Amino acid sequence: MSKKRKIGIHALYAQDPIEADRQLWGRESDPQSRRGFLKQAGLAAMGMAVGGPIVFAKHMPAGLIPAVLADPAATPFALEGKHPDLVVLNDQPWNVETPAHLLDDDLTPADKFFVRNNGLVPPEFNVDQWTLTIDGEAVPEPISFTLNELKERFSEHTYALTLECGGNGRAEFNPPAKGNQWTTGAVGCAEWTGVRLRDVLEAAGVTSAAVYVGYYGKDLHLTKNPDKVVISRGIPIAKAMEDETLIAWKMNGEDIPVLNGYPLRLVVGGWPASVSGKWLTRLSVRDRVHDGPKMEAPSYRVPNHPVEPGTEVKPEDMKIIESMPVKSLITYPKTGAMIPQGKRLNLRGHAWAGDRSVQRMEVSIDFGATWQTAQLSDAPNRLAWQRWTAEVGFPEPGYYEVWARATDDAGVAQPMVVPGWNPKGYLNNATHRIAVKVTE
Amino acid sequence: MDPKNREHLDQAVRHLNRLVAASLVIVAVALVNIMAPDTAEKWWGPEPEMAAPMAEAPEVVSDTLIVDGIHVASGLVVDDGFIQVKATCLACHSAKLVTQNRATRDGWKKMIRWMQETQNLWDLGTNEDLILDYLAKHYAPDEAGRRPNLPTPTWYVLED
Repeated sequence: MSKKRKIGIHALYAQDPIEADRQLWGRESDPQSRRGFLKQAGLAAMGMAVGGPIVFAKHMPAGLIPAVLADPAATPFALEGKHPDLVVLNDQPWNVETPAHLLDDDLTPADKFFVRNNGLVPPEFNVDQWTLTIDGEAVPEPISFTLNELKERFSEHTYALTLECGGNGRAEFNPPAKGNQWTTGAVGCAEWTGVRLRDVLEAAGVTSAAVYVGYYGKDLHLTKNPDKVVISRGIPIAKAMEDETLIAWKMNGEDIPVLNGYPLRLVVGGWPASVSGKWLTRLSVRDRVHDGPKMEAPSYRVPNHPVEPGTEVKPEDMKIIESMPVKSLITYPKTGAMIPQGKRLNLRGHAWAGDRSVQRMEVSIDFGATWQTAQLSDAPNRLAWQRWTAEVGFPEPGYYEVWARATDDAGVAQPMVVPGWNPKGYLNNATHRIAVKVTE
Repeated sequence: MDPKNREHLDQAVRHLNRLVAASLVIVAVALVNIMAPDTAEKWWGPEPEMAAPMAEAPEVVSDTLIVDGIHVASGLVVDDGFIQVKATCLACHSAKLVTQNRATRDGWKKMIRWMQETQNLWDLGTNEDLILDYLAKHYAPDEAGRRPNLPTPTWYVLED
């Protein structure tokens, strides 16, 4: 039994409401009327907690729990349109990862596609009125297209593209890095349909001054301040001009799910998914490296040179992450499989390598001491993940781990331990492992 | 004492015992209802006819429910500083952003400074030390190797 003191907000108020006011909010009310906030003490804190200013604050009786806090009935984490076995890391904002065995489909279905939100989903969608504006130093003048104009004016393209969060695998770094503790599931590969960013930039008259393209979306900052930009990252002009860089409105032939950027988003395969802006309303063609929120260090940056774990790295000593590193997953079987002695085990999964392709895939059942080659398929197009399959046997009963290791077309392989520590815990591409028990 | 009287006395004692036991149960139930209405609800359960519609609606966790020192609705450890953490941190973001992270006192302080600089977090005043003590005590880093053991899976028999 725990000996911890158990006291909730209600209990605290029940014991001594005036003291509870002071402890919680630093609130002191008028000792005569026992109303209001003396010298505004505690008003801001309480206002923030209830999500807005407290009107009629001077009449608010002392020792009263704000109603919104008095009944913060927590509901379990059920997310509309998403598979119930996805793992919720955070619900405000939504950050949800997919267990490896649910990523077994060739193309990740909408209900199994991870969610990495920095802010709140836009409160409303007026799709008929939705416009995309192209502005910035490297276009002659701002130009806007409605969603329908985009569809009618430019030719449509469909590509399978892998999106992976830069922080996928963060949970394994030591010392720990702050942020959502992604394990392996902040990745998916879907078929995206839209128009090429290049075509739209050319229609806007992009000039030779262009260096970077930054995006802006309609998501709402956690503070609910509509003027505060949640995240505005971007890509160098060369990446923007690639065939596969899309302004997309369909995912696997359907509307993009709301949590994944409906009705319009950027899709930039192979790079940290944070450059694939969601709920897209504006693209700024810059004559310098884009400087929106979360472009600055330490966000989505790693040290220029390898550092000792735990090192404090100065902002100027960090560089923007571009292509994601080579990586793979075992999507079948699910970890924890028990099989009888003598039975062979079929394995399968996906491998991807950012801007590169995967050249070789191997599996090990002896903690990386020996490796056997897996069958590796070509990708349907550049920047899509590749299917791999293998079959393994086990020499005797016992506990095994199956490890999977991909090597890219430049000869770079996944490390077996967690790679270079970095302050924000990005780019962990260590070999995926599952547990298997062989029974007698 | 003659056997007959003795039997009467025994009977009386047995009656009294039952009465005391019954009273204790009543008092205990009353206490549970007063002190911990959620526990009481759990014990006595919702009305059976409520069960069907309840199964459809999302389960609601009461804000006052505390199990094994954990505030169930948020998942936070209940200890000194909990109230302040709940009121301060959960005003803007999920408790999961606290419970899934691990840092030293200094690490947590840096996160608070970052939130103050970029996310409109207010000056925590005298609550800051309380909050930092709480976070450093309950959400400190574990010493892990370069790769920890795999978490123990739920073992299952793999069928073809």
